[in-house]
Amino acid sequence: MPAVQETVDQVRSIDVDQYKYGFFTDIESEKAPKGLSEDTVRFISAKKDEPEWMLEWRLEAFRRWQTMREPDWARVSYPPINYQDLYYYSAPKRPSQLSIDDIDPEILATYEKLGIPLRERDALLGIASGGTKVAVDAVFDSVSVATTFKEELSKAGVIFMPISEAIREHPELVKKYLGSVVPVTDNYFATLNSAVFSDGSFVYVPKGVRCPMELSTYFRINERNTGQFERTLIIADEGAYVSYLEGCTAPQRDENQLHAAVVELVALADAEIKYSTVQNWYPGDKDGKGGIFNFVTKRGDCRGDRSKISWTQVETGSAITWKYPSCILRGDNSQGEFYSIAISNGRQQVDSGTKMIHLGKNTSSRIISKGIAAGRSDNTYRGLVSAHRKATGARNFTNCDSLLIGDKCGAHTVPYIESKNSSAQFEHEATTSKISDDQLFYCRQRGLDPEEATALIVNGFVKDVLQQLPMEFAVEAQKLISVSLEGSVG
Amino acid sequence: MALLDIDNLHARIGGDHGKEILKGLSLTVNPGEVHAIMGPNGSGKSTLSYILAGKDDYEVTDGAVTFDGENLLDMEIDERAAKGVFLAFQYPIEVPGVATMTFLRAALNAQRKKRGEAEVSTPDFLRLVKERAGHLGINQDMLRRGVNVGFSGGEKKRAEILQMAILQPKLCILDETDSGLDIDALKVVSEGVNALRSPDRAMIVITHYQRLLNHIVPDFVHVMNKGRIVRSGGKELALELEANGYAEYQQDAA
Repeated sequence: MPAVQETVDQVRSIDVDQYKYGFFTDIESEKAPKGLSEDTVRFISAKKDEPEWMLEWRLEAFRRWQTMREPDWARVSYPPINYQDLYYYSAPKRPSQLSIDDIDPEILATYEKLGIPLRERDALLGIASGGTKVAVDAVFDSVSVATTFKEELSKAGVIFMPISEAIREHPELVKKYLGSVVPVTDNYFATLNSAVFSDGSFVYVPKGVRCPMELSTYFRINERNTGQFERTLIIADEGAYVSYLEGCTAPQRDENQLHAAVVELVALADAEIKYSTVQNWYPGDKDGKGGIFNFVTKRGDCRGDRSKISWTQVETGSAITWKYPSCILRGDNSQGEFYSIAISNGRQQVDSGTKMIHLGKNTSSRIISKGIAAGRSDNTYRGLVSAHRKATGARNFTNCDSLLIGDKCGAHTVPYIESKNSSAQFEHEATTSKISDDQLFYCRQRGLDPEEATALIVNGFVKDVLQQLPMEFAVEAQKLISVSLEGSVG
Repeated sequence: MALLDIDNLHARIGGDHGKEILKGLSLTVNPGEVHAIMGPNGSGKSTLSYILAGKDDYEVTDGAVTFDGENLLDMEIDERAAKGVFLAFQYPIEVPGVATMTFLRAALNAQRKKRGEAEVSTPDFLRLVKERAGHLGINQDMLRRGVNVGFSGGEKKRAEILQMAILQPKLCILDETDSGLDIDALKVVSEGVNALRSPDRAMIVITHYQRLLNHIVPDFVHVMNKGRIVRSGGKELALELEANGYAEYQQDAA
């Protein structure tokens, strides 16, 4: 399999500094005053030229947030976050989203460096050399700087634009769906996001339309001391289909940075949404200094009958990951899926999993989670599968596997299962294994060096999940896995 | 020049107070030769194979091992493999999720890279595997399955021989390859091994039983006991052992 070879080559080509996206782009930016108050919320709303209803929505969230406490139930520990010491809004000074030529060339260069072409011409070049067409929304700190292939998508009736634009142009859709999956009051970080979110992507796929290309958002945190609070809302109307990819990186910094996003998915009858994430935020150095705090709320609502939502995630970055992409299986015969690879190395802490809430009849869900812990990291799977009283015929299959590399890391599995309907059938399988000395010896006896051997064993371990990713993403993910684990074997 | 020269090898299982298992073992193996090593349980046969392969759990306390003119004991495990040392495991290890085909290719290319050779092309590799697998009765389905996962005892041993046939080592060490095989499987595996006999390749066949040696006929037979070779002879020695057992040697050494 050439991809394995590629993984191995990739590992070799990387120097001591493993995180290759750790650079900083020097551009002029405009920030909100430091700290968080009603004024900050008003400032952001004004910057975005928002209608009054949106400002009210935000302020209500902010007032609510002030009464809430930061959750402490996850198996992660970090110093208290000083919410007054952060910038909540940072935008490149030059105007954007008018035309590609208005974008600061430094920003274009940044995305190029990250391998994301924002000029459609360049993107098309990539397609000519064998890639598939992907429309990109690029979010730089607090604002969306470019969205590609907008016109082509609009011909199919697909709306793909920054959410700040959607609030102005499609208020009826935003009003109807924003906060309908993750309510403003949902949890501390989601409520904070509701108050201060600055940008993100909005997707609406109309009835019966199969989105003609993959959609993707690429998040980049650039500015120091700046939190990123993006908001993504995806709606697949009856019978629609969309596949959405999300990627993220950040510069290497000594201090921690906060990322608190909210993603809401709505699938109406017979619709399908496939959401894939490759999360590669800066994880901090080997001693645990710096890195992103990733406190994210992602939830999909299978609102219509026979709808389907599928989450696939590859989590390799962040100092702390706190995220549970979930599915509410409201429609009868709806389906939810969660495929996850979570890798932790160094001092990273991961507490991630999913919730499958079965409300409708004959709903089914499937959870495949692969946690890999190396270095001194802690990796927890936390999941909930629940069947409501009326969820007759609900079915779930869960498989949680953990792999330990070395003897200073930890893997933990915390599954919650609740069933209020006697016809529900829930299956749970879990294993924890260690890359054994015998496996390493066997592979090395055949000529693989310790890192090649580890990459091969790990790739085997995560295969079921990698297969769920769109082709190019899978190759990317495979590379990332090896890079994340570099230096984890002695 | 000898391919392998083991001189007065002493080794113990890891740690300062580990038990000494090899106590002055010497053996010379030339290219083209097949040496059988027989002996009772606990005589140190498997330990010898692990030490030659470089397993971490053992410590060499005295003696020397030269392979192809170089100090074998100085080399890393994978370096030894690339130089041509192959160990067919008594209990082959499972690697879930990694297709046998993928594993073979990764191993072959890793070795070639270490030797400064170009990677094998996909068509060449597929042709090679198809041909070698056919002889060993290994079908496509087995090649697609995870390495040794869900393989029967016989399948595991055939897969080991397939790896050997693809990697083309200079020295093949077969550690109780006959264990767990029925007569038919023994025949297939032996034929696979015999097909690899060549003037530039040597083999060390470790076994308890003479029956394997009916199929893989050795040039030399050595009897090992308590960490040393206590007697060497031709293939007829194996028949003698079959008739008389190891009791005589165990007393001698005691």
